[in-house]
Amino acid sequence: MFDDLYQEIIIDHSKRPRNCRAMGDANYRVDGHNPLCGDKLRLYLKLEDERITDASFEGSGCAISTAAASLMTENLKGKTREEALRLLDTFHELLTTDTPVRRDLGKLVVFCGVRDYPARVKCATLAWHTLKSALLNADALVTTE
Amino acid sequence: MTAANSSVATKFDVMEIRQDFPVLTQTIHGRPLVYLDSAATAQKPYTVIDALRRFHEVDCANIHRGVHELSQRSTAAYEVTRTKAMRYLNAPSEEALIFVRGTTEGINLVASSWGRKSIKPGDEIIISAMEHHSNIVPWQMLCEEKDATLRFIPMDDRGDLILEEYEKLLNPRTRMVAVSHVSNALGTINPVKQIVEMAHRAGALALVDGAQAVPHMQVDVQALDADFYAFSGHKIFGPTGIGILYGKSKLLNAMPPYQGGGDMILTVTLEKSTYNDLPYKFEAGTPNIAGGIGLGAAFDYVSNVGLEAIAAYEHQLLVYGTELLRQIPGLRMIGTAREKASVLSFVMEDIHPHDIGTVLDRLGIAVRTGHHCAQPVMDRFRIPATTRASLAFYNTPAELDQLAAGLKKVKEMFA
Repeated sequence: MFDDLYQEIIIDHSKRPRNCRAMGDANYRVDGHNPLCGDKLRLYLKLEDERITDASFEGSGCAISTAAASLMTENLKGKTREEALRLLDTFHELLTTDTPVRRDLGKLVVFCGVRDYPARVKCATLAWHTLKSALLNADALVTTE
Repeated sequence: MTAANSSVATKFDVMEIRQDFPVLTQTIHGRPLVYLDSAATAQKPYTVIDALRRFHEVDCANIHRGVHELSQRSTAAYEVTRTKAMRYLNAPSEEALIFVRGTTEGINLVASSWGRKSIKPGDEIIISAMEHHSNIVPWQMLCEEKDATLRFIPMDDRGDLILEEYEKLLNPRTRMVAVSHVSNALGTINPVKQIVEMAHRAGALALVDGAQAVPHMQVDVQALDADFYAFSGHKIFGPTGIGILYGKSKLLNAMPPYQGGGDMILTVTLEKSTYNDLPYKFEAGTPNIAGGIGLGAAFDYVSNVGLEAIAAYEHQLLVYGTELLRQIPGLRMIGTAREKASVLSFVMEDIHPHDIGTVLDRLGIAVRTGHHCAQPVMDRFRIPATTRASLAFYNTPAELDQLAAGLKKVKEMFA
């Protein structure tokens, strides 16, 4: 009865999150916070020539938010800043609209069940909102002096 | 566990009570609703629903102003709730009872009206570490405005306030002590009589947030000697948007009005107004008339069931539920005070409360997950959130069995 929300891949990534580590040589670092549920997340990105070469995160959260961060960081590697921002829009559309599920989301389609749980949309989007502020906000840039 | 079930059931006809609450008869996601979120809002009996309907269908008019029949009927129906509240709280008079939107507005009224007039720079206000945000933020705002200091009574690992530390906080600069009667996040029943007495000995006033107490126990504001006592109607099976603030008349009389407008005045010229007597001085504008009438029906309902029987039955439920949850490996109760009301707040290792809440919801079980508007309590226990099952007298031991079974399902999925 929970297969629609807690698909196997989500459970797997929540129990064994990928890229769940601090990144010493990240050039972007930003904190995300969901004050409603207390979830906290720190996102690290390494960009070389406008392309994401590494992505990781630390934090504590529910199964949905942990799996979302895990699958997002997997998915980001190799994408340009523009591609990452476009993917964010597509992902948000998956969660909040009734539009047909797009194939170019790859593994991220496992989150399609979230649209039936409006109270959980913010769990699935915390990592992505954090990504957005990392890519669009100058404060996220790690200074190296 | 069947023995416990039957011993609870024989003393209190909960199945008959449940017939009075239409919301409880539905199914959620194909399962019978198990409503364990009464500390957030309690469900409403038919008598309350009928009172609201009757007002809108038959008696609807504005109060305190018309000479026509409907206005007189609605005024009488609204005002009789004040009389019922007086009996319910053993208040000394009706003028000491102010209709407000809820506990939050009651506390804001005191912080704003009494506080702005009475608090001076360097004064101190004491609250506790287990307060709901509604009994924290108004005092923070007041202290910031008046350059006063806010102090906190700490609690121990069980969730009991440490009264020795409270004693040390009291001093001649202390002007107000504001504490909850029962903690919404932990269920702790605080020794408010003693807390009030200690405040008075130091020359301070005391406000009690009674939101979580009035549905579960007999409250006597004169015995407590509280200067102010606030609660919300929707937590005692009445409508939302209505509540009561009790205040000692001599204090209320000395306080400036909270809001200006119609009904709170005696005379108005373009230059100046004179204010109405208590309690109307604090009741500007058309109030929640239907809500007030519904609250009266709620007082009647609870009184008919009997607070003594309610408290005894809920205590058995609490003991039964606590024992059930303790048997679940990895589950840790948050809030194990010596005196507790019917709140079961807990965490399960590595499983986030939101996942617990979603899985339980799919099983038809409604619990609250999160910080319960008490973030400092979560910080004290170093947790981001809890899952909270809060009970009312319409809950059954069988529902607690279902909660325990649901939590085992949660463990299977995520552990």
